[in-house]
Parts: sequence; C-alpha cells; structure tokens
Amino acid sequence: MSTVLDVRSLRKLFPIRSGLLSRVSGHVKAVDDVSFTIDSGETLSLVGESGCGKTTTSRCILRAIAPTSGEILFQGQDVAKLERRELRPLRRQMQMIFQDPFSSLNPRMTISEIIGEPLLVNGMTDTAERNARVAELLELVQLPSAYLNRFPHAFSGGQRQRIGIARALALHPSLIVADEPVSALDVSVQAQIVNLMIELQDRLGLAMLFVAHDLSVVKHVSHRVAVMYVGRIVEIAPTKALFASPGHPYTEALLSAVPVPDPRRRASRIVLEGDVADPSNPPSGCHFHPRCRYATDRCKVETPPLVEIAPGHAVRCLRADEISLKGVDGGHTTN
Amino acid sequence: MADPILSIRDLHTYFFADEGVVRAVDGTSFDLYAGQTLGIVGESGCGKSVTARSILRIVDRPGRIVSGEILLRRADGSVTDMVKLPADGREARAIRGGEIGLVFQEPMSSLSAFHTIGNQLIEAVRLHAPLSKKQARARAIELLAMVGIPRPEQRVDAYSFELSGGLRQRVMVALALAGEPRVLIADEPTTALDVTTQAQILELIRSLQRDRDLAVILITHDMGVIAEMADDVVVMYLGKEVEKGPVDAIFHAPLHPYTRALLRSIPNVLAEPREKLATIAGSIPHPFARPRGCPFHPRCTEAIQGLCDVAFPETFDVGAQQAAACHLLNKPAA
Repeated sequence: MSTVLDVRSLRKLFPIRSGLLSRVSGHVKAVDDVSFTIDSGETLSLVGESGCGKTTTSRCILRAIAPTSGEILFQGQDVAKLERRELRPLRRQMQMIFQDPFSSLNPRMTISEIIGEPLLVNGMTDTAERNARVAELLELVQLPSAYLNRFPHAFSGGQRQRIGIARALALHPSLIVADEPVSALDVSVQAQIVNLMIELQDRLGLAMLFVAHDLSVVKHVSHRVAVMYVGRIVEIAPTKALFASPGHPYTEALLSAVPVPDPRRRASRIVLEGDVADPSNPPSGCHFHPRCRYATDRCKVETPPLVEIAPGHAVRCLRADEISLKGVDGGHTTN
Repeated sequence: MADPILSIRDLHTYFFADEGVVRAVDGTSFDLYAGQTLGIVGESGCGKSVTARSILRIVDRPGRIVSGEILLRRADGSVTDMVKLPADGREARAIRGGEIGLVFQEPMSSLSAFHTIGNQLIEAVRLHAPLSKKQARARAIELLAMVGIPRPEQRVDAYSFELSGGLRQRVMVALALAGEPRVLIADEPTTALDVTTQAQILELIRSLQRDRDLAVILITHDMGVIAEMADDVVVMYLGKEVEKGPVDAIFHAPLHPYTRALLRSIPNVLAEPREKLATIAGSIPHPFARPRGCPFHPRCTEAIQGLCDVAFPETFDVGAQQAAACHLLNKPAA
C-alpha cells in the first residue's frame, strides 16, 4: 500500500460580491482546513448533506477549480500549485466518474469514440491499437463488444454508467474520483454498479474518492469514511468503526436518520432540528452546536480541533471523550 | 375494519403515443383506510406516479384512464367514482386539493417563484373554503405553523427561493393540507432531500396523520422509507401490481421473485464494509419494448420457459392479506 493522494489543510473560499461596485463583502468557506490521505486500493468516502463542501473538495483535487490554500500531493507533486501545462500528465492519472449517466456522454459520439477519445487525445493514434484497448475496456465493465458502434441513447442508465466507468479507466489512472456515481440509478441497477466498482478497484488497485450522500451505499463501498459539515471534516474513521461507534454527534444523527429496510427495526430517530448552517455565515465555535443535543456553552466559542480518539479515527468535537454515542449495530440479517 | 376511504379497482391507464401504446398502469387494485399508510414501491417506469395522477385525474395527454374504478368515500358516506367525473369538472376540481391532497417530489419546481408562499397558500385555502382574504391569510399562517415552519408570520411573505429544501417541502405539505383533505398522496416526498431533512419530513407526515386520521398513499422507490412508514405495501413492476400485503409480510415473507430480488439488492447500512450486493440481472426494459407474459420473466431466476414468457399470471392470495401475481404460486391444492 502506498499513499496515492495526500490532501493537507485544503481551503476553498468563494467570494460573495455585493453592491454597485461588486465589492467582496464576505466569503463562503466551502472547504475549510480539510486533510486526508488515500492509499492505492483504498476507497475513502466523503459524506455529508448538500452544501457541506464534499463536491468542492473533489473538484479541487482534480483542479477543476483552484483551491485557495493548502496542498494536494498526488504522486509527489502538489496539484494545487502546478501550472496548467505541468498538470496535464497528472490529469491522465486522475479520472472522474460522474453522477448523471444521461448528460455526461456525448449523444453524437459512438461508444467506441467516447471511450477511445481519452486514448486519442493522449497520443494513441493507431486506430487498431485504440480499438483493441476499447474492446478490452468494454469487457472490463462487462458490456458486449457488439455495442461498440452504438450511440448512448440506445443504452439504459446502468449501461451508460458502465460506459462512463470504461472511459475513466481508459488511461490506467491511479486515482478515481466518483461523485454520486449510483444515485441516479434504479435500485436493481445500482447494485450491479456498486459491485462492479468494488471488483474493478480490487483488480486494478485504484485509489478512489467516493463522494456520496447515501450512507447505505457508502457502507458497501468504502474502507474509510470522512464526514463533512459546513466545510470541515468532523469525523474520519475506518468504515466499520464510524458506523458502529461514531464519535461526533453529527455522525450519530446522520446514521440515525438512515431508514433501515426492515419494518421490525423502526427505531426512534434522532431528528435534527433546523437546517444545515449557512456556509457564508457559519455559527461560531463548533459549526454544529446550534443543532447538537450535547452542546455546552464552550461549544459556542471554541473551535474544536480534529483529535484522534482511536488509531485512524479522528473526531472534531470538544466533548468527544465525555459523551457516548450510538451507532448502527452490525450482525444484520438479510432475507 | 371500517370501510375503505379509497378503493382502486382494476385501474388501467395507458399512454397512446405515436410509437405505440404504453400500458403505464395495467390492472392495479388496492384499498386505503383512514389513519393508514399505503406504500407504493417500485423502480422507474413501474407506474407508481401514474397511479397517483390517475387518482387525482391529472394524467397528462396522450395518457388516459382506459378502464377501472377509483371509488372515493365522501365525508357524507356516499361513494363517488372518480373515473366517471369529467377531469376538469367542478366536482373533480373540488376533490383535487380538497378531499385529496398531493405532495409532489420536486419542491423547487412545484412552487411558483413569482408569488409569495403566503399568496399560494391563500389561493389554495380560498379555493376550498369561503374565507375572506384576511381570514385566509390567518389560515395560511396557521398552516405554516402546523407544518413546523419557524416564524410563520414572517415566512408567509417569503418567496420559495428564499427557503431551504426542507422548508420548501414543508410548504408543499402545508399546501396539500390547505383544503383539509382526508387523503394525502405523497409522491416521492423526500427523494430530493438530505437524509436528516428526510427524517424531519417523514416525522411531519406521521404526526399529521396521527392528529387528523389521514389516509396516506406514500409513493417511493426507497424500501427503507417504506419499511419506516407503511402499514400496507403494493409492489409494482412495469405497470403491473406484482405483490401486495402488510409491510411485515412484504419484508419478511415476500412471495414474488421481484420483491425478493429487490430486497436483496438494496444497500444496507447494517452490511459489512466492502460487502457485495446481490444483483438483479439486466435492466428495466424500454416502455415500448416490454416483455410478453410476466413482465419480470427476462430478469427472473425462477422463470419457467413456455409459461412465464407467454401468459401474465393471475393473482394468488396467500393468507388473508397477502397476494402476488406469479405462476410459481399456482400450486395444486395439496
């Protein structure tokens, strides 16, 4: 195992402009001091509610947007500081799988053109060589090679997502960023894609950043999970530990809100009051304190640091060692 | 048990497109009781939303109800067949939003951006009750308070884009309740929401149901939400009702291979990390290319050649309350 991605103190501020002269009147702290690493063969999931900064974080890593500060070390180079020209060889190594399989494929291109394009752009000009690689990729994502010359409209959502995965894998990347890759799919198809992603990762040894809001899917795909709230990581832990014994009250509430597909387990839920805090004007101290049932006066003024409570398990809560929180227990039975 | 408040009998709603006929709803029957929640669950194209729109008589052209009955027991005890009413007639309009309220999936697009939420509520209130503008405004504030919107006196003058997704969905619920309905149809009410907000909205629907003895039809693709909320469940696949029964039976003794496969394939928060899911082979067919016979047979591991691909199975009762449409249940009496 080697570290593929090392993100250190990543910060992204978006300016808020107002008034006649569009002066900067404030900032949205979309990503605020986010650090994590991902090893080869490992999936780290970023979870949190809309507006928590998980997508902004993933876009900074791909340099789709420039981070305000911090380091993004990928294969020994700092993606955050490279010039456009220097970025290009690195970009080959980091690929993205998109959420919407309907809008992320060009309807005027055949499947072989879509999957072959990254190869062509990166210098594989020999048609026969390219076609052979495309056929290999189709096999990898379990689509018949007879589909090569069809257009995207002929495919279902699940098949399109397989095409998107094949395209992402074309250049042998070492890092895949997948932003909600299964949330647009039907349940029966979602399972196929989740399994495919697990299989391919094990086979190819990829590092994966999985951005998702569905905690059930996250449980199935990730080795480790980072929970974000208003731009900050509030908890990061191995998957099992995070679900079984969460250390942050926000994680506890998130887990509690997930409906369990078993009517015999209708539990009393922790229903959080109010909405996610406004990232342009977040609450003082711990951003979560207005919605937290364990909050004390101290939480309103002090910003909690991210502290390790067990090996690999860090929590951003002032009361982490005083409170005991409830996770979702394992030992599940499916029919 | 008391008489059902709403009975759907063999409902068929088809869409007559140039390319052919789409049998969006093809023979659905169920009963809904006051104070109970009926969950309709299924994947895209199964006909769950068209069922809801049929009940309200708001099926868009080229779709129309071909046959069947939608029997609504009115407050005075009489029974009205919604199918027989003209869709735009006075009576259908009075029932829509009056006796039957509807909560849509998309709180962003279902609310007007040009009118304050108060004006939209006042309009809805005055459609169904002879109140002055002033009285209706007071009622609107009352409704906003009822669905748990903080500072309703101020929020009544807000526009929908000034509210968060969760608050917007609460406004949608308030709108649905403006006509004091006895039946509430919620079509994917929480699909666009975050999980914590979803928990708030489900709790709101539950508490309103308790207080007002509402009959709720909850339409969703999410088996977790069904397990959490429903008393009875209808499972649909490609326009057909494949199984129905009490929620516990559906989850713990499912009869239809589709129900069983669906339950196995859903990701579970209780699973082991990196645990693979059971899958259903293939994908949902295109509406114009639906399979003959049982619609699920090409994806079914238990399909019987020469039977399942030829004839649609009849519905077999198992026990007093559960039933499924599957040839495998057609066993000669022992």
